[in-house]
Amino acid sequence: MTALILRRLLQAIPVLFIVVTLTFLLVRSAPGNPFSTEKKIPAEIMEELEKQYDLHGTMGHQYLQYMTKVAHGNLGISTQYRNRTVNEIIAQTLPVSMTLGSLAYFLALLFGVTCGGWAAIRHNQAGDRFLMLIALLGISIPSFVLAPVMVMIFAIKLNVLPVAGWGSPDQIILPAICLSIPFAATIARLTRGSLLEVLKLDFVRTARAKGLSEDAVLFRHALKVAILPVIGYSGPAAAGILTGSIVIETLFGIPGIGPFFVNSALNFDPFMTSGVVLVYSSFLILFNLLADLLYFVVDRRVKLE
Amino acid sequence: MRTLGLFFNVVRRDPLFIVCGLFLMAVVGLALVGIHYTGYTYDQISDASLLPPSRAHWFGTDVNGHDLLTRTLYGAQISLFVAATGTIVSLTVGVTYGMISGYAGGRVDNLMMRVVEIIYSLPTLVLVIVLVTSLDGPVAALLKGAGVTQFPPRLVLIVIFLGLTEWLTMARIIRGQVLVLKEQAFVQASLALGQSHLRILWQHLFPNLTGIIVVYLTLTIPAIMLDESFMSFLGVGVPAPLASWGTLVSDAASLINPIRLYWWMLIFPGGLMTLTLLALNFLGDGLRDALDPRIRK
Repeated sequence: MTALILRRLLQAIPVLFIVVTLTFLLVRSAPGNPFSTEKKIPAEIMEELEKQYDLHGTMGHQYLQYMTKVAHGNLGISTQYRNRTVNEIIAQTLPVSMTLGSLAYFLALLFGVTCGGWAAIRHNQAGDRFLMLIALLGISIPSFVLAPVMVMIFAIKLNVLPVAGWGSPDQIILPAICLSIPFAATIARLTRGSLLEVLKLDFVRTARAKGLSEDAVLFRHALKVAILPVIGYSGPAAAGILTGSIVIETLFGIPGIGPFFVNSALNFDPFMTSGVVLVYSSFLILFNLLADLLYFVVDRRVKLE
Repeated sequence: MRTLGLFFNVVRRDPLFIVCGLFLMAVVGLALVGIHYTGYTYDQISDASLLPPSRAHWFGTDVNGHDLLTRTLYGAQISLFVAATGTIVSLTVGVTYGMISGYAGGRVDNLMMRVVEIIYSLPTLVLVIVLVTSLDGPVAALLKGAGVTQFPPRLVLIVIFLGLTEWLTMARIIRGQVLVLKEQAFVQASLALGQSHLRILWQHLFPNLTGIIVVYLTLTIPAIMLDESFMSFLGVGVPAPLASWGTLVSDAASLINPIRLYWWMLIFPGGLMTLTLLALNFLGDGLRDALDPRIRK
C-alpha cells in the first residue's frame, strides 16, 4: 500500500509538470498584456515592469525563470493583483473554498445515500419514480440557474437567509446547498442502482434467511457493498465540486479561489493562472488517489496495482 | 436496424419518451423556424427596457430592450449548435481512439488508456477556459486570413475544446466493447479470409457499436451544452451581441437585487435550458437502460 501511494505520488509529478508548462506557455504566448487590458503602457515602463516580474527576454528564458521559482515553492507575484504573491492569495482563498466544498460534499453524501437507499427499497413504486425524477432534475438544472432562483426565493422573497457574503454561519447555507444538489442527485442514482443489484445477491438472501431484521440486512450487509460505486465517484466528484464552486463563489461573492481562476485567465496573468491550475490539478490527483485507497479499505477484494 | 427496433421497444414501454422527443423537436423547430415569426431580431435594441411579459413581448424584455423570446430562441440556436458540433468532435475522437486502443490491445492499448487516465486527472474545464481565452486572438487572425467571417473565433474554439474534453468516457466504453467483439468468431473469420484491419474495424466492428454510440451521444450532448453555458456564464463564452442560454442567465443573475425582481429574465431562458437538458438526459438514460445487458431483463 505504501508502495502504491508513493508510486502514484511520483506519477503525479510529470502530470503537474505538463499542466503548469502548458498553462504558462499558453498564457504567455497569448497576445494579451498581463499588466493592463485597456490602456497602452509606454514602452519604457512596460520594459521595466517585465523585468520586475521576470517576464523579459525569450520565452525559454521566462519559462526557466518561472520553473526555477516553482521548484523552490515560489509561485511568483500576481501581475493582476500587484504586490500580492500567488502563494499568499492561494493561502487566503483556498481554505474558504475547502470549507464550502467539504460542507457541500458532506450534504451531497448524506442526502444522496439516504434518498438512493430509500428509492431502492421502494423499487418501481411511486416514491421511487418520484425521487428519481427529482434526481434527474437535480442533474439537469445548471448550478448558475439554480443558485439565482434559490436566492430569489429564500433571500429576497422569504428573507430568511442572506443574499451573499461570507463570514457568518448563515451565509454558508445557500451556497453549500446549491453546490451539493447535482452531486447529491448523482450519488442518489448511483446508490439506488447499485443497491438494487446487491439486494439480488446470495449473501443478502442468506442474511435474511438467518432471520436478521430488514434494517440489519440493509445497513450492515447490503449498503456496505452497494456504497462502492459511490466511493469510485467521489474522486471525479471532488473535481466537480472544485470547478462547480467557481460559479457558486462568483454568484455569492465568496472570497474563495474560484473567481481568481477566471479573472487571472481573462487578464493573462501567467503566474496566478499557472498557480491556480497547479492547485486544482494537485487536488484532483490527490482526491482520485484517496478514492482508490478508500475503495481498497472498504472492499479488500479489490486488487491494488 | 437493431438500434431502431430497440428504440421503438423503449418508446412503447415509456410514453414519457415520446413527450421528451416531441419537446426536443419543438425546441429545435422554434429555434430554427419560429424565431423568424417573433416580430423582432435578436440584436434589435429598443427603449422598452426590462418590461415584464406582455402581449407584445411574450417573455418580456432585457436591459437593452431586446425581445427576450427572440433572444431565448437565438440562445437555443447557439447552445444547440455548440452541443451538436462539440458532440460530433468528441464522438469522432472517442470512437476512433477507443476502437484503435481496443483492437490493437497489448502494449498500445495499455499506453493509450494511461493517456486517458492522465487526461482524466487534469482539470479539463479549467484548462479549456485558459485555452479558449489565450488562443482567441491567434485564431481570430487565422480565420480572418482564411476569409472565414461567419463564425466568431470564440465559438469555434469552444466547440473544438469542449469536444476534446468529453471524449474520454466514450473512448473507454468503445474500447471495452471492442475488446469483447474482436475475439468473436466473425472477426476471426474475416481475419482468416485476409481482410485488412481497417476493413474489419469499419465494416464489422463499427456496425456493432452503433447502439452504444447512440446512447452515449444522447448523454454527451447535455454534458457539452452544460459546459458551454457554464463558460458563457463566467464570461468566457460566446461574445455579445451573440447569446447562448448561459449568457442570458448570467445577464439575469447580475440583475438580482432586493428592490425589484426581474424574474422573467431568469425563468424563461433558465427554464427552457433545464427542460431541454432534462429531456436529453431522460432519453439517454432510458436508452442506456434498454441497451445495457446487465440492466436489461
